[in-house]
Amino acid sequence: MSLLHLAIISPLILAIFIPSLHKRAPKIHTGWFLLPLPVLLFGYFLSFLPGVINGEAAMETLSWIPSLGIDFSARVDGLGLLFALLITGIGALVVLYSIYYLSKEKEKLNQFYVYLLLFIGAMLGVVLSDNLIVLYAFWELTSFSSFLLIGYWNYRERSRYGAQKSMLITVFGGFSMLGGIVLLYLMTGTFSVSETIAMAGEIVGHDLFIAVLLCILLGAFTKSAQFPFHIWLPDAMEAPTPVSAYLHSATMVKAGIYLVARLTPVFAYEGLWIWLVAGFGIITLFWGSFSAVKHTDLKGILAYSTVSQLGLIMSLLGLGAAALHYPEFENGFYTVAITAAVFHLLNHATFKGSLFMMVGIVDHETGTRDIRNLGGLMTIMPITFTIAVIGSFSMAGLPPFNGFLSKEMFFTGMLRAQEIGFFNMDTLGILFPIIAWVASVFTFLYSMIIVFKTFTGKFQPEKLKVQKPHEAPIGMLISPIILVSLVVIIGFFPNIVSPLIEAVMASILPTLLAAGMEFDVHIYHWHGFESPELWMTIGVVIAGILLYKFMPRWTGIYTRMPERFSLNSAYDHGLAGIQTGANRFTNAYMTDSIRTYLIYIFAFFVLILGATLITKNAFALDLANVAEIHAFEVVLVVIIAVGSVSILFAKSRMTTIILLGAVGYAISLFYAIFRAPDLALTQLVIETISVALFLLAFYRLPKKWHHERMKFKVSNAIISVGVGLIVTLIALSAHSSKAFESISQYYVENTYTKAAGENMVNVILVDFRSFDTLFEIAVLGIAALGVFTFIKLRMSRGKEQG
Amino acid sequence: MEILMAILVGIIFMSATYLMLSKSLLRIIVGTGLLSHGVHLLLLTMGGLKTGAAPLLGQQAEAYSDPLPQALILTAIVISFGVTALFLVLAYRTYQELGTDNMELMRGKEGNE
Repeated sequence: MSLLHLAIISPLILAIFIPSLHKRAPKIHTGWFLLPLPVLLFGYFLSFLPGVINGEAAMETLSWIPSLGIDFSARVDGLGLLFALLITGIGALVVLYSIYYLSKEKEKLNQFYVYLLLFIGAMLGVVLSDNLIVLYAFWELTSFSSFLLIGYWNYRERSRYGAQKSMLITVFGGFSMLGGIVLLYLMTGTFSVSETIAMAGEIVGHDLFIAVLLCILLGAFTKSAQFPFHIWLPDAMEAPTPVSAYLHSATMVKAGIYLVARLTPVFAYEGLWIWLVAGFGIITLFWGSFSAVKHTDLKGILAYSTVSQLGLIMSLLGLGAAALHYPEFENGFYTVAITAAVFHLLNHATFKGSLFMMVGIVDHETGTRDIRNLGGLMTIMPITFTIAVIGSFSMAGLPPFNGFLSKEMFFTGMLRAQEIGFFNMDTLGILFPIIAWVASVFTFLYSMIIVFKTFTGKFQPEKLKVQKPHEAPIGMLISPIILVSLVVIIGFFPNIVSPLIEAVMASILPTLLAAGMEFDVHIYHWHGFESPELWMTIGVVIAGILLYKFMPRWTGIYTRMPERFSLNSAYDHGLAGIQTGANRFTNAYMTDSIRTYLIYIFAFFVLILGATLITKNAFALDLANVAEIHAFEVVLVVIIAVGSVSILFAKSRMTTIILLGAVGYAISLFYAIFRAPDLALTQLVIETISVALFLLAFYRLPKKWHHERMKFKVSNAIISVGVGLIVTLIALSAHSSKAFESISQYYVENTYTKAAGENMVNVILVDFRSFDTLFEIAVLGIAALGVFTFIKLRMSRGKEQG
Repeated sequence: MEILMAILVGIIFMSATYLMLSKSLLRIIVGTGLLSHGVHLLLLTMGGLKTGAAPLLGQQAEAYSDPLPQALILTAIVISFGVTALFLVLAYRTYQELGTDNMELMRGKEGNE
């Protein structure tokens, strides 16, 4: 095990010790034990930075299941490192924030931090695994730990609902992804990501290629809350705010982005990939920003804003993948979309994390997150207000913050969509910049709502749960301050992150680089007046301000669409429908009546055997081998046939028993005729005892015997005639097609010489095949014991109930 | 003769199935008894009904009827007897406990065990 592996699983190891630390040192907030780990890990991953920037990828392999080609190989390249730094860096900040956010007395801190550590470890595993199966295992662990964290306050009904919803949707996608991984293995013969990427050119035309692409995209879209799978994310806001900040804005929801980016070199040669990723991304971007405006809960707005921003990144990744179709490297003309995606990924993690923490502070200090109750907090919470302004303005894409830069590059990427000369991009591509612009207007709008409806306007202390709201403690403010500082620093000096972005791009677009070449990323604030992006941004601001001013006049459109047609109600009704449907289906065939089940069994027997007889053309009738018929045999046959059929029409119990006895005695006569003396003897005796038993039970059995014939039922008659017919047909066919001679000649020859007996049947029973006899004796013994127990042992439940 | 026997076995199976589909527990037991008769006859028939001597070496015959199916049937008779006896006692106890032999009334209640 290398240090890298240890780093990945160290959170999982620490998770084992958290409960005992919590118990041993109840006076210290458990979070403090946790804090050093992400800080250390952050430092450790920083040490990879110089190597990664020089284009080296660190790779460590740990054998796990070598016979199946599954090994725990960890690979640190640009993309993995960016995510690892985000996870550990924001992880450290979130832990610090949660120490002040979660109360030591009221909350079950040991559980919280165990779940959080599980999540950190799982997420590191996802982004650093080079083996798809290991990646999938960690992927599911993120779903699972996210489930636990969303349902952390499990006494709340909404928390449980949100946790279940996110679990169902992400695990659905996860399974689909597993299917894609297995199919991919069938195509390539390897689970290794880097080897799969190296084979990308060979698998494009494969039959399974489209299926793999769809399966894997389904996994990525559900995890990254893309339309229409975004519905779990707003409900996941029931989690504690540090969790929302960490999982549902900065890290887990980007796992899908990571997967798409990671597998872009494999799939981007297919036009469907570009259309699906870019198309779903842009729809999500628009729908998320449009829906965010109608919410009044701050976390609800931020959830939809996360959905929207994830859509933005996704659409950029989709369009940027087109760059792979141009082997010659044209000054980064098409790769700008990838640059924008990576840059915005980083920016979004910073400003969205700080915004969630800001909302958490507001919630913590005022007791509400509803913007209708908030207002006028600017003078009361000046630091929080500053954080909110910087975060929101960056999210809206205003200069001089980093969101402005990535928004400009986003427009550049979208404007170039039309110039991609294939997959219908030249005609339909015009939609991308238009939708992107409209979505940006709404983004601007909800960013302004967050700031101004919370912090300006009239202070309404009577609506707040907390009597005298005040500024948060310094410990709570440290993390968001660090994050907004990053927003500002990256905003002013964007090129300090460009070496990292270049390294990430090298992992997303590996085939574009000839040996020794590097991507050259320079991010500028100022594009000049002639650049369309600037005018688009100005248009966004103007349109956004107008919409904000006249909000009461047009927000009526949100109530136009009835709740019935929303995706959430589709999900709820779908889930309820599956349950009632399954319930109805089960109740329909599970009738609790033994007759129904017997009908199923017999009907299946008739159908399957009949169908086999017909399809295999198996019926045969061969008269060559039959014995001749004697008159007394015919008489016996008639007696038995009439006897067994007339049981059906017997009125009284006595007739029934006597008829059964008659059939049995007639059969023993058959045995005598067909030269089976032992059988005849046994049958005679046993039939006598059976009839005696039936008669013994005669008076004991129900006094109210139905003194009537069985009611005729057509279904029963059809089934029983079918059974009889099938048995006859199979008996005839079997008899007519004998494959080989009997082995009985051996018994005839050796019964006396080897076993010293003259009665062949008895010698077979006790000598040649005596095991049968042994266990038949056992059966009789058990039956006798059973009878004895039934009669003697009476721990009557009836008495207890009575 | 085998064809006649096959038809007879079919008739026995038909009656047995119809009895087993009835409501009364006693009729179901009679049905299973009849079913085992049918199976035994089928076994004998499938072994071949060519007339030979009984499988006793003392007969000094040219040919004997097949001893193996007879041994199998003998085992089967004893086992089905044991099962029928157990069934009967079970039916008797069931009636004592539940006061009915109507299978349609012996249903598990919803949410009861």
